[in-house]
Amino acid sequence: MSQRQIIQVFEQYQKSRFQFVQTVADLALRPQNIEILQNAGVMSLLRPLMLDVVPSIQQTAALALGRLADHSDDLAEAVVKEDILPQLVQSLASQNRFYKKAAAFVLRSVAKHSPELSQAVVACGGVDALVLCLEEFDPGVKEAAAWALGYIARHNASLSQSVVDAGAVPLLVLCLLEPEMALKRIAASTLSDISKHTPELSQTVVDVGAIAHLAQMILNPDAKLKRQVFSALSQISKHSVSLAEMVIEADIFPAAVACLKDPDDYVRKNVTTLMREVVKHTPELSQVIVNCGGMAAVIDYLGECRGNLRLPGIMMLGYVAAHSENLAMAVILSKGVPQLALCLSEEHEHHIKAATAWSIGQIGHHTPEHAKAVATSDLLTKLLELYMDASSSEDLQAKSKKALKSILQKCTYLPGLEPLLYDVPSNILKYVVCQFSKVLPNDSKARRLFVTSGGLKKVQEIDAEPGSSLQEHINAINSCFPEEIVRYYSPGYSEVLLERLENYQPA
Amino acid sequence: MAELLKIKSEVEEFKKEYFYRNSQAEENRQREYQAANRIQSWFRASKVRAYLSHLHKKAIIIQRIWRGFTARARFRQMVKAAYFIMKMNFYEEMAVRIQKRWRGFFVRKYIHNYYARKSYLEGLSRKNELVRMELAELEELQKRERDCVEMVKEQTAKVYQAHRLHHLLSTKQCPGVFNSPFRPAPHEMELLLRQVKYQAPARLDPRGRACLMGMLGPTDHSFPGTLGSPWIKTTGTCSSKPILPPISSKKQQRNRKYAPPSEPQQQFLYSASLRQEL
Repeated sequence: MSQRQIIQVFEQYQKSRFQFVQTVADLALRPQNIEILQNAGVMSLLRPLMLDVVPSIQQTAALALGRLADHSDDLAEAVVKEDILPQLVQSLASQNRFYKKAAAFVLRSVAKHSPELSQAVVACGGVDALVLCLEEFDPGVKEAAAWALGYIARHNASLSQSVVDAGAVPLLVLCLLEPEMALKRIAASTLSDISKHTPELSQTVVDVGAIAHLAQMILNPDAKLKRQVFSALSQISKHSVSLAEMVIEADIFPAAVACLKDPDDYVRKNVTTLMREVVKHTPELSQVIVNCGGMAAVIDYLGECRGNLRLPGIMMLGYVAAHSENLAMAVILSKGVPQLALCLSEEHEHHIKAATAWSIGQIGHHTPEHAKAVATSDLLTKLLELYMDASSSEDLQAKSKKALKSILQKCTYLPGLEPLLYDVPSNILKYVVCQFSKVLPNDSKARRLFVTSGGLKKVQEIDAEPGSSLQEHINAINSCFPEEIVRYYSPGYSEVLLERLENYQPA
Repeated sequence: MAELLKIKSEVEEFKKEYFYRNSQAEENRQREYQAANRIQSWFRASKVRAYLSHLHKKAIIIQRIWRGFTARARFRQMVKAAYFIMKMNFYEEMAVRIQKRWRGFFVRKYIHNYYARKSYLEGLSRKNELVRMELAELEELQKRERDCVEMVKEQTAKVYQAHRLHHLLSTKQCPGVFNSPFRPAPHEMELLLRQVKYQAPARLDPRGRACLMGMLGPTDHSFPGTLGSPWIKTTGTCSSKPILPPISSKKQQRNRKYAPPSEPQQQFLYSASLRQEL
């Protein structure tokens, strides 16, 4: 055999290896092929190919492995069990940029499934290697490394802490400043995942000066970048008052309100989430947002979107109104109550309805004006329906009952209270009757209206135990009217009259 | 003698009397002693009583005077104290009145200022209106921009299509596909075809062709420029090795990154190439 023939054999082998790896990588793109590949034992075949002499085969094998691990949990666990990870981590330090990208992709797809797998990645030194990759020049490598770190940090606080301890945060902030859009997106998303767990992690992110850079990117035209930026800012500000104040001091607010008209749904949702996280801490922060017109924008946003996207907006209104009666009045003036009524009627999911009921309760419980605003939108009957409905979840029932009680204790708007006299359980009825007994002694027009609308009749029909507070209120109401009227409306009066008629002897 | 007998009998009598009187005195001695005792004791007691009552009276006088003195002093002190308390009550009541007025004023003016709240809420409504208007305008603007971009994209796509379908232009003999005789007027595509000038396709590099096909195809096949990441645009291979235009042809290279040349430019190029051939 001549030299050329021998070398040809080797070349053929190399070509067939390359073809195999390419085909497996392409097949791994489709989910339906994965099981077949798994049953054919692709994992054990790919493993030696990762140690191949030819760099392009190594890279393609790593890519194929990454795609396989991406799709399923068991394959990712198989990757961990077969001890491929330490090898990958070592080669991350040495190889060229394409291999680094592929290796980072494999680490990412392993880490994304569960905290245990991420812990395995961390245990074999993956985090330090990835942080080294963040110092590379090539933006693709940085992006892959940042993405892998993001997936690791996503699961829980200790994993985030290990990412931070490896010194990833300053490098991620530098990545934010790079011109490539994809890299910026991933860096923002990773910062968001790191800071979402505990206040200390957020503080670490803030100490590196991330807020200023994130704030600059708010008006960037790219929608996905804006999603991640707002998500990061909201995760930072949710932990404590000082962090929220720092976010506000970066002057994002009047500009961020403009993003509420962005065509992308998730940008709007994340802006509203940011507003909610800022607003829930103190009245001063809520005041900042209300003063720059954020309330009106959020209420319009609630009108335009549907479903789960509404939840942060509804909760934001509730938090603002909860702080003080001034802010609750601001919510009412910005036409928040009709919007919340619409949300209550249009949405079907119980947790959204529960949040709406809670917000309405926070708005209405301050003073009689607030309760009147709530009652005029006919919300009291709706809340009652939600409370009485047997198919409502427990949380929904509890929240609507609490809201109803707190509003009723301040409501002096009698036309709103009247429908609540009919078909109401006694624990709600006592509040309603209590309110009537407070208002009726002082207002003669209200008394007249009460009689003509049939309210007095209904009150007489109420069956209360003597000595209970309900009976006391009923007595208080009865004492506002002349005895004849009370007797006239008491049940069974017609029979009493007829009896008198029978016993009457004309003189 | 008779007198002596008388005297002797008187002496006897006298002795008897004397003895009688002594025995009487002897009998009465105890009684008289006791009586004298009694009289003396009574007298001494009266003396002492008189003395004691005298002392009492004097003591009473002294105590009376002293008690009057201290009581008057205490009374004066009490009067002073009562006066002081009355004054203090008066001051306190006046202070309460002042504080009442002041606190009411202060709270109504600075803390729960009704007019400030009213103007704040009015200002807030106005600001909300403004923000709503501005946001609506912004949305309108953005929508218009997007529509504009869409339209330009559509138009360039149509022109590109017209370029590729130049052969469907109707001739004098045979009406084209877009110019059916049953139509009242020619289709817009026909009009476009009439406007667009034919250009011979530029000779593409095989890698450029692969790049084009790769971009028009479903996913990335070429490695290592592209990975599974959807974030990086799939122009990896193209951007790493930019295609240089062929030196001989003066026509513009049709790469997807560059927009196809606009019509006046096309016509100019066509006329330039015609002139060159002539």
